Amino acid sequence: MSRSDRDSRVGANRQQTDASERKGEAMGTTDDGPGRSPTATSSRRINHMPGAGTPTADAISAGRREMLTDRHRLQIKSLAERGLSRPRIGADALCEALLRQGVDVFFGFPGGVLLPLYDVLGDYPELRHILVRHEQGAAHAADGYARASGKVGVCLGTSGPGATNLVTGIGNAMLDSVPIVALTGNVVSSLLGKDAFQEIDITGITLPCTKHNYLVRDANDIPRVVAEAFHIAATGRPGPVHIDMTKDALMGVCTAEHPGTLDLPGFKPNFDGNFRQMKLAAAEIARAERPVILAGHGVLISDAMDELRELAEKAQIPVAHTLLGVGAIDETHPLSLGWVGMHGWKHVNKAIQSADLLIALGMRFDDRVTGHVPTFAPYARIIHVDIDPAEIGKNVAVEVPIVGDVKRVLRAMLPMIPAVEPEARAAYLEELAGWRVESEKTPWHGSGSWRNGQLSADFVVCKIGEASNHDATIVADVGQNQMWAARYAGFRRPNSHISSGGLGTMGFGLPAAMGAAVGRPDKETWAIVGDGGLQMTSQELMTLVQDHIPVKIALLDNHKLGMIRQWQELIYAGNYHSSHLLGPDWLKLAEAYGVAGFRATTPEEVESAIAAARAVDGPALVHFVIAEEQNVFPMMPAGKGLSDLLEEQFEEPKQ
Amino acid sequence: MSPTGSTPGGSADPAHASPAHTAPPARALPGHGDAHRHVLVAIVLNRPGVLNRVASLMRARNFNIETLAVSHTDQTDVSRMTITLRGDDVAVEQAAKQLYRLIDVLKVQDVTSDPTVEHEIALIKVRADDRNRGEVLTIADMYKAKVVDLAAESLIVEATGTEAEVDALIALLRGFGIKELVRSGTVVMSRGAGSIEEAVKR
Repeated sequence: MSRSDRDSRVGANRQQTDASERKGEAMGTTDDGPGRSPTATSSRRINHMPGAGTPTADAISAGRREMLTDRHRLQIKSLAERGLSRPRIGADALCEALLRQGVDVFFGFPGGVLLPLYDVLGDYPELRHILVRHEQGAAHAADGYARASGKVGVCLGTSGPGATNLVTGIGNAMLDSVPIVALTGNVVSSLLGKDAFQEIDITGITLPCTKHNYLVRDANDIPRVVAEAFHIAATGRPGPVHIDMTKDALMGVCTAEHPGTLDLPGFKPNFDGNFRQMKLAAAEIARAERPVILAGHGVLISDAMDELRELAEKAQIPVAHTLLGVGAIDETHPLSLGWVGMHGWKHVNKAIQSADLLIALGMRFDDRVTGHVPTFAPYARIIHVDIDPAEIGKNVAVEVPIVGDVKRVLRAMLPMIPAVEPEARAAYLEELAGWRVESEKTPWHGSGSWRNGQLSADFVVCKIGEASNHDATIVADVGQNQMWAARYAGFRRPNSHISSGGLGTMGFGLPAAMGAAVGRPDKETWAIVGDGGLQMTSQELMTLVQDHIPVKIALLDNHKLGMIRQWQELIYAGNYHSSHLLGPDWLKLAEAYGVAGFRATTPEEVESAIAAARAVDGPALVHFVIAEEQNVFPMMPAGKGLSDLLEEQFEEPKQ
Repeated sequence: MSPTGSTPGGSADPAHASPAHTAPPARALPGHGDAHRHVLVAIVLNRPGVLNRVASLMRARNFNIETLAVSHTDQTDVSRMTITLRGDDVAVEQAAKQLYRLIDVLKVQDVTSDPTVEHEIALIKVRADDRNRGEVLTIADMYKAKVVDLAAESLIVEATGTEAEVDALIALLRGFGIKELVRSGTVVMSRGAGSIEEAVKR
């Protein structure tokens, strides 16, 4: 893209210069990317929970053993090796422990009780600290980092408000099964329970929204607790683990060594499926005439994309996916059906409703997927594979439950499943294809012009996907923008779609994209956000600039809380209370932060604005002024079933 | 906007469904069956906050605990909880599975339908003076309860037995006037040589 093509940018020259100047100053950055050496940007993915017996799995478990036992091969230098004669304190042990877990970057914000840690952080230059502008941003960034990279994300906040600000992000990671370790400081242990300055019972607060949490009052517990926390966060069904450390634990002398083995008798996830159940499942699959696979986040987490494709191809089964299952199968694969649920594709929901067998893999029958359970998939028997036994039978009764890692279960099951010739399923698949043609029809799609020539959001999202040839990591916020992103961006690569599914956290988009860009610096990163969500966390624009994190922000601005407005229009008789909102002059705001800003208000301007943002070396924001009243269709109203979809009523443009 | 395809069973053509499942009955909602009393035994690590974790989980997941008794076991670092709650079988199974998600929980077992010894202890301070003390003592005796404190106008009856037996005794004593009542909550142990704690011996 040549510079002359950037006709729609506004004031970009100056901002770009600003960004370039800042780049040199930014802490720990190099010309190769945001503070990562070229070798660190390897495309090799490390997975949370790999299947057994695969080379990746072996390498990871070997690596983990090595991390826990052999410090020299990891080249984690002791204080003496760093030429320091001061005693090793809890904060040192924490830094060492993080390095041993392979952490090279974390997101945080300092505070009084964390100062002992910040005092020693400079002695660990291989541990990059990214200073966020709000702790919620740190938690979401750790979340985005974890989902994009497959590693454990780390965030840090101080006691009291710093800790409570992390809670939204921790809850988000909990609901979406994302491995993060959240660190907080607390007041010195003698003041615990005395309502000291900035004291809050944060472990009490995070208890129900973490996989596990710890309160550490002794420096000597830090090595063990950090090792356990990372193991728990990343093993089995991933999730957030919170470690609260008192100031005296961080300051106290630590003589404890890092543990070689972990003693967690109550934490033994079951990875391998029950043989008898798998036999039953294989028999169900062999018998089914209208089977549908429902792929969820678990497929991505367990790195079972190849096994999923193999199963689909071997037994000729179409693959539907949930919101967080986007990317489990290349959307251009002939057996990829599409997204299911409240705002999923009509043909997919129709396929579910007519299926005689659902093969649910690593998903949890969320109410946004099932709708009204009594009418969900009425003809289907259900095979449910999930690593978390508590998910099985929680929302929907199933015929064949299998507790295990999706990858391992599929590997074990594939030989049991008889191959099906494509001709044998041709009639079924053709019927689905027919439904698909009908369901994908819209009169404006492709032209970008919704009613009266207003810019349609789906067109923008589509063009963003195309711009990087569907290779970029696309991080959505929450609301209409999220639904458009999942429907129209077109996902081919696993973990290229990051979205706040379970908690539905507005404000997630920008900070999570920040983390995703740091986690996968080799990939272009786009945040697709609405004007409501961006106003919740826009302060992180400054972090993007200070740390030179090249996130491209597509702001879909309809001057509305769009999904609220949509429900008010369709369900609350047009009683539009508090869904119209003012926003700042976005280009001025971008300029104020030193972020390159561009604007597109017509379909014609969209591609050049995207190209201009992509050409910026650093963060950029594109302000898309979209139609104010465009809704996301189809839509399953709350309390209704997958068969009760509301659809767009096409009208001739009014003149 | 008009809802489309709102016929029951959706836009699906029943002819497509496999012969075995032609009639689409409403899919059952898990946990909505007949509720009855269940007894769960949980073996947990004796760590600070473990009781809070269990209680918080039951609250957050909308399970209603009737009684909860916690104590040490013969292993110093292991505690044992007996939880009684009401719900249908699926709901209680779900509660057990959720308990398993806690890192500090080693073992959970629903012993409702197992042969068990199930007891609780109750201390009942009953109004009793010279006129009716004999009557109270007779009732206590019939329930194999002991009198553990005697005062001019009251006495304390210590009763052990199943929840139903203690309930019955309390109902009888209520007529005399109960001044104070404390119940330990049910504790339970399986009959026979099997041991839930041995299964988690470390």
